[in-house]
Amino acid sequence: MKISQVGMLRRTVAVAVVAGIAMLRLAAPGMAADEEPIKIGILHSLSGTMAISEVSLRDVDLMAIDEINTKGGVCITKGDKKTCHKIEPVVVDPASNWDLFAEKAKQLLLQDKVAVVFGCWTSVSRKSVLPVFEGNKGLLFYPVQYEGEECSDNVFYTGAAPNQQAVPAVEYLMSEEGGGAKKFYLLGTDYVYPRTTNKILRAMLKAKGVPDDNIREEYTPFHHQDYQQIVQKIKEFAAGGKTAVISTINGDSNVPFYKEFANQGLTAADVPIMAFSVAEDELRGMDTSALVGHLATWNYFQSVDTPENKTFVEHFKAYAKKHNLPDADKRVTDDPMEASYFGVYLWKQAVEKAGTTDVDAVRKALYGMEFKAPSSMVKIDERNHHTWRPVLVGEIKKDGQFKIVHRSKGPVKPEPWSEYTNPDKGCDWVDHQGTYQK
Amino acid sequence: MINRRLLSACAASLWLAVAPARAASAGPPEMAQQLEALASDDSDAQRAAVNALAESGDRNFVAALEALRTENLYVWTAPDGARRLVITREKTTVDGQDAYVLSEAYAGTPLHDASGADVTAKSDTLQEVSVDRRLRAVVAVALERLKLVDPDPTVRRAAAKNLADKGDVSALPALAHAFDSERARAAHAALEESYNLLKLLAPGDEDKLAAVTRLEALHSTDAVPRMRELQKGAATPLQAAVARAVDSIQRWQKLTRVIYAVFSGLSLGSILMLMSLGLAITFGVMGVINMAHGELMMIGAYATFLTQNWFQAHLPASFFGAYFLVSIPVSFVAAGAAGYLLERSVIRFLYGRPLETLLATWGVSLILIQAARFYFGDLTAVTTASWLSGGIEVMAGVQLPYNRLFIIGFTLVCVAGVYVLLLRTSVGLRIRAVTQNRAMSAAIGIPTNKVDAWTFALGSGLAGMAGCALTLIGNVEPDLGQNYIVDAFIVVVTGGVGKLAGTVAAALGIGWMNTLLELVTDSAVMGKVLILALVMLFLQRRPSGLFPPTGRQVEY
Amino acid sequence: MERAVSPAQLLALGRHQTNRRRSAEAAGFVAVAAVLLVVLPLLNVVGRPIPGEAVDAAWYWLSDVQLNLLGRYLSYALLALGIDLIWGYTGILSLCQALFFCLGGYCMGMYLSLQTGAEGVYESTLPDFMVWNRVTELPLFWQPFHSFWFTMVAVVTVPALFALVFGFLTFRSRVRGVYFAVLTQALAYSMWLLFNRNSMNLGGTNGLTNFKKIVPTFFGSATTFRLAEPAVQRGLFIITSVCLLGAFLLCRWLTGSRLGRVLTAIRDNENRVRFSGYNPADFKVFVFVVAAALAGVAGALYVPQTGIITPGKMSVAASIDMVIWVAVGGRGTLIGAALGALIVNAMYSYFTTHFAAYWPYALGLLFVAVVMLIPAGLVGLPAQIRGSLARRQRRNDEP
Repeated sequence: MKISQVGMLRRTVAVAVVAGIAMLRLAAPGMAADEEPIKIGILHSLSGTMAISEVSLRDVDLMAIDEINTKGGVCITKGDKKTCHKIEPVVVDPASNWDLFAEKAKQLLLQDKVAVVFGCWTSVSRKSVLPVFEGNKGLLFYPVQYEGEECSDNVFYTGAAPNQQAVPAVEYLMSEEGGGAKKFYLLGTDYVYPRTTNKILRAMLKAKGVPDDNIREEYTPFHHQDYQQIVQKIKEFAAGGKTAVISTINGDSNVPFYKEFANQGLTAADVPIMAFSVAEDELRGMDTSALVGHLATWNYFQSVDTPENKTFVEHFKAYAKKHNLPDADKRVTDDPMEASYFGVYLWKQAVEKAGTTDVDAVRKALYGMEFKAPSSMVKIDERNHHTWRPVLVGEIKKDGQFKIVHRSKGPVKPEPWSEYTNPDKGCDWVDHQGTYQK
Repeated sequence: MINRRLLSACAASLWLAVAPARAASAGPPEMAQQLEALASDDSDAQRAAVNALAESGDRNFVAALEALRTENLYVWTAPDGARRLVITREKTTVDGQDAYVLSEAYAGTPLHDASGADVTAKSDTLQEVSVDRRLRAVVAVALERLKLVDPDPTVRRAAAKNLADKGDVSALPALAHAFDSERARAAHAALEESYNLLKLLAPGDEDKLAAVTRLEALHSTDAVPRMRELQKGAATPLQAAVARAVDSIQRWQKLTRVIYAVFSGLSLGSILMLMSLGLAITFGVMGVINMAHGELMMIGAYATFLTQNWFQAHLPASFFGAYFLVSIPVSFVAAGAAGYLLERSVIRFLYGRPLETLLATWGVSLILIQAARFYFGDLTAVTTASWLSGGIEVMAGVQLPYNRLFIIGFTLVCVAGVYVLLLRTSVGLRIRAVTQNRAMSAAIGIPTNKVDAWTFALGSGLAGMAGCALTLIGNVEPDLGQNYIVDAFIVVVTGGVGKLAGTVAAALGIGWMNTLLELVTDSAVMGKVLILALVMLFLQRRPSGLFPPTGRQVEY
Repeated sequence: MERAVSPAQLLALGRHQTNRRRSAEAAGFVAVAAVLLVVLPLLNVVGRPIPGEAVDAAWYWLSDVQLNLLGRYLSYALLALGIDLIWGYTGILSLCQALFFCLGGYCMGMYLSLQTGAEGVYESTLPDFMVWNRVTELPLFWQPFHSFWFTMVAVVTVPALFALVFGFLTFRSRVRGVYFAVLTQALAYSMWLLFNRNSMNLGGTNGLTNFKKIVPTFFGSATTFRLAEPAVQRGLFIITSVCLLGAFLLCRWLTGSRLGRVLTAIRDNENRVRFSGYNPADFKVFVFVVAAALAGVAGALYVPQTGIITPGKMSVAASIDMVIWVAVGGRGTLIGAALGALIVNAMYSYFTTHFAAYWPYALGLLFVAVVMLIPAGLVGLPAQIRGSLARRQRRNDEP
């Protein structure tokens, strides 16, 4: 290299460093000035593998914010003065990348200074942002069913804990109405949620007297496509009848599994499959002929027959059309969407009750807060940051909707620490500091 | 002691006599009594009535029994005073009060008044028919017995299975009758099995023995738990027969397991082969590393999706099944065109630089994936054509799915086609000439640029057809290619670059090896990890693969 | 028949730099070092907002978030140096560098998890995920990671050993080029599958997280550095910069020496090198191990600044993305690798903030454009432009 090139090299380096810092400032934008609107962060993957599921949550959050703003916004009454603030959403895309979740969470809390964040789907994403929220006094609303065993002061869990989904589902299958199953094949994708859920189910089945021989546990990797051997094993295991498959298979492995199941001659009448990760949104993109008659358990189905739900579904369909969302006329609503939706409203109510967006005050106001959600009346537990929700068992229909075949008597109290695997632990932020020994 | 049945029959007829004549018919008159007896207060009479309805074999009673089970059966006092048995269909409100839309008890047809509108009844005019647990059990059995005469063989099969499961021996005669009169082949074996399963619970030893013998002949694995129950207790000739039967069935099970493992290995191998065929041409024959191969498969899959949609929108439903056959050439052309464009725009400039081609095509794949996501969204449903759903039961316990059989056949055709093309046609001759010695081929007048482009297009088209076939097995989504790309490369590299026989052998070998490992380790994850480890070890011993390219060649 | 290159000739070749050039480079190096080690940390200290006294941030303040981001980019740059060493200089395309990055990262993560100990959710000495996995006692391979110095050594040696074994087996069999790339893909994929398994006791898909403090022991006394404190993050930034600068010097020395010439020769024509009497396998294994060690160090620096390490970071896609950093910056020039890492990652952060849906298009186009249009990368762009201008000039000059 000639000397002039060396000089150019130095200049290039200098320019690059400066440009880098400039880009950095653009990438992590400076602090917002103090303005009237209240900022809310939305932390969902809009690209990458998780986009399938999370995009709908962003849409429903924006719709909720839209609705609230149309009605005037969040109105705080101080004395006899009432000020209404519009909500300004700050949407970031962590692109299904767990590192990026932590980075964007920091950005939302420290740079954009949002009052609350609605976000995350997978347990990994939640666990990666947990230290950020706990270390920076943030507030996160997490709308997805998960494995429990968490009790953070900075998170409100609006999705189901295992005792609000998995346990009632198996109880239903064991009941006469559900087929009186005596043998259980626990099949899941190999990650935290299925592993923990199956641990709880095993303990529960043991407590109910089901012998070990009648329980089989199996895991497949992500994106697994070949279920031939596994379906053969299920066939053998199911000889003699009264068998059910509990499926915690995730994502794109569902279609190959159900297809193989049906093609090898097994029907929902022979061996019903109860799934915990298949909802209307997943069914929308599947060939449902192989799934008809199989079951799923959630706290909400689009087919729930309440006036609030009718409005909710209509609004969402209209919103999709108005904003030209892809596939607008085929959009559906499902459990995580409903949980996300009422999460926004619960937060709004809490802010109005507390009179401020300060996290400590809002948190106190949220304890025991109720809201008439599309599925039923839901309530945030007075102590453990989780939500009381009804349990519904649905049967898959050809059009991708669910026929509700079983319903709990009312909202079920959430237990983040399962009575079967952790009977000695509880979650309480009022009398204790979160997780405590009973 | 007064006979209770006689008493209730008298009560029923008295009620009938007292009540004014009903408007619509309620089925054959002799059954009308039993239907009305459902509403009696006496549970014994109710049970007797249910059994009588089941005995009748008239499927029109299913509606009433279902309603009874779900607590939707009521006695309605019509405005004109008539009392009749009805089923409530839907809840509604009339004048602010709760009301229900009604259906007939017999056959469940909606009730219409003179003008043809739905008949609704306020809840205070309806009296519920009570159901207790014992009655529910009887109703469940009765429902299954009635379903035994359903026109749909699937329903008959399911009903027979349920009866066998419930273990109510009183249903034996009904099952025997159903099995005897069964004409559909598919349901016949299942009905025989269910009949004999139930017979295992019959009181007499002779019946049991007969059932055991038949079940052994049918190789019924469902029978094993019940047979094991029979083995308990003192030794009798029956016990010996049961022991033999259980043994024989379990040996059969082992046999079916082996046979099915062979089939799954073949199926997996054929899928690998189909995916790798296109790659074998572009990589093996042309030396181009195409990381966008998976996305070309994705293009083929989406082409299938679009063909399906077009058929749904423009052709009558009866033609729908044919969409799949049409989508095969469509996906070939679509992916081939995409490959041609890719070659002309990017790859052409990177010949001789395989590592650069790898990176550039990876970039292209990112663009294609995001474009697919943007245009199609993340979920697309491709409905498998009905002639490809289900499977063929070649022996008891072994059902070979049609879609996998199709893929095996399709792969054979493709491989044969590529062989013939490359080895027997002049086009193939030119392709091979260009790959072996580009300069010489150009010197003798072969248009090397054109040949390159068309070869790449061929490889891409094959990828497209693989994508089309894959819609039978799994999803159609933007990430479809990413799931398969590493496997496809491993197959091609293991087989030996440049020889198609290598790809074929490697695909089958890896397919069977993977199935075997999965069986042995009983874990899909470990099976995959081990096969990758084996391939890595193999390649370190034989870097050029199974069938190394012969002759003098410049290494890449 | 070729004559072996004599050592004297090699030495002469080795001295290919003029003194003027070397002093210019040294000046540039010092300038960059000053910026990284002094200026940027200073900008983070000065102008810091103090919430208690209602002092707002100065306009020039480099916020904690931004410094942290830059620190992570610098660790990526360190990784990129290793990739440049094996790809830019030796022509080995390895698509499993992310694996080595993660191995180093996991070592550090294991140490940090053990340090969190009783401050974790379950208040047990075992890491959180082990408690809910019902593992009652720390597995044997976790035990040594209680020690800070063992972890420091492991961060370098674990990836290096891995690379040594894999490289030895592979290069000895003369697997190279595209085949090697495919093999590394297979390795990355299988390791990803393995790490995702819960039974590995490495956190499964959730990985390791909830890190609270580093407690290095110097001559018996231990000092606690809490990761949440800005001062500690600043310190980590400085350490990362030091490591990056040190690695740069190391790579410069390696590539400037005779060894470097052999590496370049292997890249250009391996057979000829073999016929000249060298064993290319030895050299390739050597650089592969060095690159893996650099990747491990990068991973170990990355983890305390990010707060989580998951198997998702060792996927095939992640490895391929790392290669493009080097391609964008300019392979075969160490500065280009570091720059490329910084630029591409900054673009990534920028796009995902403002134009999230377009990032894959941008990245894809970057791949294609860099490979086809600017093969020498951004660092080589001025030379390329000058070259094409010169060619045009010559064409215009000709009659």
